[in-house]
Amino acid sequence: MEPFEYAHPSTKQEAIGLLGSNWNDAAVLAGGTDLLSLMKEYVVTPKRLVNIKNILDLNGIRSGAEGLTIGALVTMEELLEDKTIRSEFPALTHAAQGITSPQIRSVGTVGGDLCQRPRCWYFRNGYGLLAKDESGRSLVPEGENRYHAILGNSGPAYFVNPSSLAPALLALGAKLQLAGAKGQREVSAAEFFVIPKSDGQRENVLQPNEVLTSIVIPASSRGLRSATYEVRHKTALDWPLAAAAVALKLEGGKVTAARIVLGHVAPIPWPADNAAKELVGKAINESVAASAGEAAVRGAKPLSQNAYKVKLAKVAVKRALLAAAKGGA
Amino acid sequence: MADYHWPPTDKCSLIGRRISRLDGPWKSSGRIKYSYDVNRPNMLHGKMVFSPYAHAKVVSIDTSAAEKMPGVKAVEIMTEPGKEVFWEGHEVVAIAAETEEQARDAARRIQIRYEKLPHLVSDAAPDKAGEHTKQLAEQTDGNPDQNLQQAEVVSEGEYGSSVITHCCLEAHGQVAEWDGDNLTMYASTQNVSGIPGELAKANIVTSADKVRVLTPVMGGGFGSKFGADTWGLACARLAKKAGRPVKMMLERDQELMAAGARPSMYAKVKVGAKKDGTLVGWASESWGTGGPDAQGGAPNLPYVVRIPDRRVRHTAVLTNIGPARAWRAPNHPQMCVITMSALEDLAAKIGMDPLDLFQKNIQMTGQLAKTYSAELEKAAELMDWKKKWHPRGDKAPGPIKKGLGLSIHTWGGAGHPSNCNCTIQPDGSVEVSLGSQDLGTGTRTVIGIITAETMGLPLEAVKVNIGDSKYPADGASGGSTTVGGVSSSTRRAATAALNQLLEKVAPSLSAQPDDLEAVDGQIRVKGNPSKAIPWKQACAKLGTSPITAAGQRQRGNDDLISSGVGGAQMAEVSVDTETGIVHVDKLVAVQDCGLVIDLKTAESQVYGALIMGITYSLFEEKIMDEQTGRCLNADLEFYKLAGIGDFGDIVVHMMTGPGYDERGVIGLGEPPVVSPGAAISNAVANAIGVRVPTIPLTPDKVLAALEKGAVA
Repeated sequence: MEPFEYAHPSTKQEAIGLLGSNWNDAAVLAGGTDLLSLMKEYVVTPKRLVNIKNILDLNGIRSGAEGLTIGALVTMEELLEDKTIRSEFPALTHAAQGITSPQIRSVGTVGGDLCQRPRCWYFRNGYGLLAKDESGRSLVPEGENRYHAILGNSGPAYFVNPSSLAPALLALGAKLQLAGAKGQREVSAAEFFVIPKSDGQRENVLQPNEVLTSIVIPASSRGLRSATYEVRHKTALDWPLAAAAVALKLEGGKVTAARIVLGHVAPIPWPADNAAKELVGKAINESVAASAGEAAVRGAKPLSQNAYKVKLAKVAVKRALLAAAKGGA
Repeated sequence: MADYHWPPTDKCSLIGRRISRLDGPWKSSGRIKYSYDVNRPNMLHGKMVFSPYAHAKVVSIDTSAAEKMPGVKAVEIMTEPGKEVFWEGHEVVAIAAETEEQARDAARRIQIRYEKLPHLVSDAAPDKAGEHTKQLAEQTDGNPDQNLQQAEVVSEGEYGSSVITHCCLEAHGQVAEWDGDNLTMYASTQNVSGIPGELAKANIVTSADKVRVLTPVMGGGFGSKFGADTWGLACARLAKKAGRPVKMMLERDQELMAAGARPSMYAKVKVGAKKDGTLVGWASESWGTGGPDAQGGAPNLPYVVRIPDRRVRHTAVLTNIGPARAWRAPNHPQMCVITMSALEDLAAKIGMDPLDLFQKNIQMTGQLAKTYSAELEKAAELMDWKKKWHPRGDKAPGPIKKGLGLSIHTWGGAGHPSNCNCTIQPDGSVEVSLGSQDLGTGTRTVIGIITAETMGLPLEAVKVNIGDSKYPADGASGGSTTVGGVSSSTRRAATAALNQLLEKVAPSLSAQPDDLEAVDGQIRVKGNPSKAIPWKQACAKLGTSPITAAGQRQRGNDDLISSGVGGAQMAEVSVDTETGIVHVDKLVAVQDCGLVIDLKTAESQVYGALIMGITYSLFEEKIMDEQTGRCLNADLEFYKLAGIGDFGDIVVHMMTGPGYDERGVIGLGEPPVVSPGAAISNAVANAIGVRVPTIPLTPDKVLAALEKGAVA
């Protein structure tokens, strides 16, 4: 780890003032479960760490007229224990349950889950986010790509978005509050994530001097039935091979509106809007759910080793839909 | 006089019972220190710089910038310019600094220029490996070709297992501390008594007696910690240069890259039988890795079930995946996967329960045939095999398919050379000392049990000294040889010491030494419990002269120990045919190992082996990138290990009693880890109706197999 300066502000304003205009100037430290590993491996080498854990108003889960606000510092454990989330937005609880490490649940934060860097092993081994060799050629297409993207992978990005919560948040129509030097701005969870097109671009819209402060699930999502299904190789801590989060509006047993979002299959959480549209007017059963799975991966272009992920994504959609239709709020 | 032969187990108060390990409380409370935990006054921390390339020549090394970094006290070149490195993680330079962080930062300032050389990190196919292959063996016995041609049923298949690593809980490494010309090594090693000689040979010290190795406990070796290793030598040199103790333990990434790679093994197999299941012929073309120089030898196929008519050919693929090191039962798990999978496929083709096929051919297993037969029977009972087994392809509705698989295995496990000193003090205290290490298997406890049993004392009355090279020399702990070695030497030393005591005590009981025995904390006349003297009083007769007696594992045949065990395992799995995810619901292991000294630590060995087995069956593989030559999963995030939720019900049954106990002590570390891969792979084939050719049985491979041959 390179030496760094350490700051622990107690207000958002102070924190923003301590961040820089370049990514290398400073990094935001919350739970640290990802950042510290990246620093130890010299994948990132920020000159300053800005610890935001003393900023009290980034904590807490609050239910109000506008919906449910989740502070960026809420830990996975707090999220899991929250009864409102469990009953009203089970997709989020399911997603957090997939993080089967007590350590990460205890210190990992909601904001950190959304802002963590991709787990692509070329990136983690120092080949950059776009996994290029010295000649500028991507190592992924002809390399070890069993865990890489099957959608949104026309290049140059092939990694998959690693967030556990993002698919559920997109499905629930969540909005993210970002605080920066120019004040507060709000983006939808869907707009937050982007596929980088060139070196130097990042995988979300955060600027170097911005902090993710909270997540708002709108009140209008309250009546939805939602679920997340992750396909994980191990029961113990493991990254999903594919995941799907769904949110359904049901009237008289039929779908009147739906959102389906795939996880771990593309550089961003992947909304499958066409598949969702096809559900409208139908009752969820095994065959309808399976067709939605087929529709959700239409256009997938697997790489040399990851065609199996197409199947897994289909199954994840099917199982998430069946779970949502059966339970949920 | 006391007889050194093992007492009948029904007469034993300790041997064969379930006894908790002596060092359990010390370990769980942190009171006993692993090498990793040793912190000496004024100690420096060592780090290594290793090659980022799979194959390269070191052109130049410039350490000047690093030496100016804060805290740096010594630098040691491990691979001189002009020499080659053969895998990513090959050690090049070591550096010692005041703190671990300073050492790591300084290591990054070392400038090394490499000339990249061609590498091969794929073991997929020997025909594509060009000159990187070595034909190791071709052997033909009987008439395999003719028999296979005429066989009523022939099954063909391809099977194998990937390169994996050892993943010891405690990393490799040591603390080195000099006092003048004398060197103390707190080393995590499988060979306490052997390291001093190795250091002398490498000219680290002027003679072996200048070295003291201390390993009171260690966190696993599995065959990867026999030598002092280059990092052991470098650590001692750094400590010498700096004039201060140095701790240098490997980090997890280097463990995975450079501290040992179990060779892969794959084979194309043709096996034939009569319709009644009688095996008539075997032909296999196998290949696998063995590091850059293809160590590891040719497999002896078919494994355990020695089909008399066979043709085998093996090609070693010389790769830059990493250094081959012995991995718990070297070659056996790989040979087992190939053989047992091929036989299960054959049984399926005949339409026969594989349990019946194995019993039908049990004589081909040789002198352990009766044992195997009894073990299969016991395992079948514990698994409820006959009730649960179904022909290939679970017909139950839904995506979850269940299946059963079995496998058998063998191992030698003869005791290694071992020396023990036993001392009885006039105050009644008893002490045994051996240079042996306890890798975590329970060696210390076994030694204590044997000594206490011999003296007729409770276990707490005996002090066991091990893990120090100043104690009588003991062999390296490899190949399940430790328990046999230390059991023999300890029993002989303890009996000899006791006999000296009996001679001293005999007159006061008006008896001959031959008529005395040590039982229940007393020395008494055999058959006359009223003529007895308590242990402490007996020892007081020694006056001021303690007794010390030596015991040695006998060269060649030693009648306290033997070798050659069999084991049978059965697995029950659930396979999600939509996701390809395999879950092991139940794993049954039935194992013999002669006379069991401590049933609890013996069973614990088997439990550990089965967990390790489930892990390599489902998850573990060293993932190499041919483009860069690098190991992409040199971390425990993507080098996957099973967690507690990943293994189901584990049932262990030790074969003991008549027919087993009288064989004497035989090693147990290796055998139970051999069969899980085959048993689990067979269970998956039985569940889904199609063979997943290689382990680990990852979702991509399971789905690919299902696509090729849908569930029957």
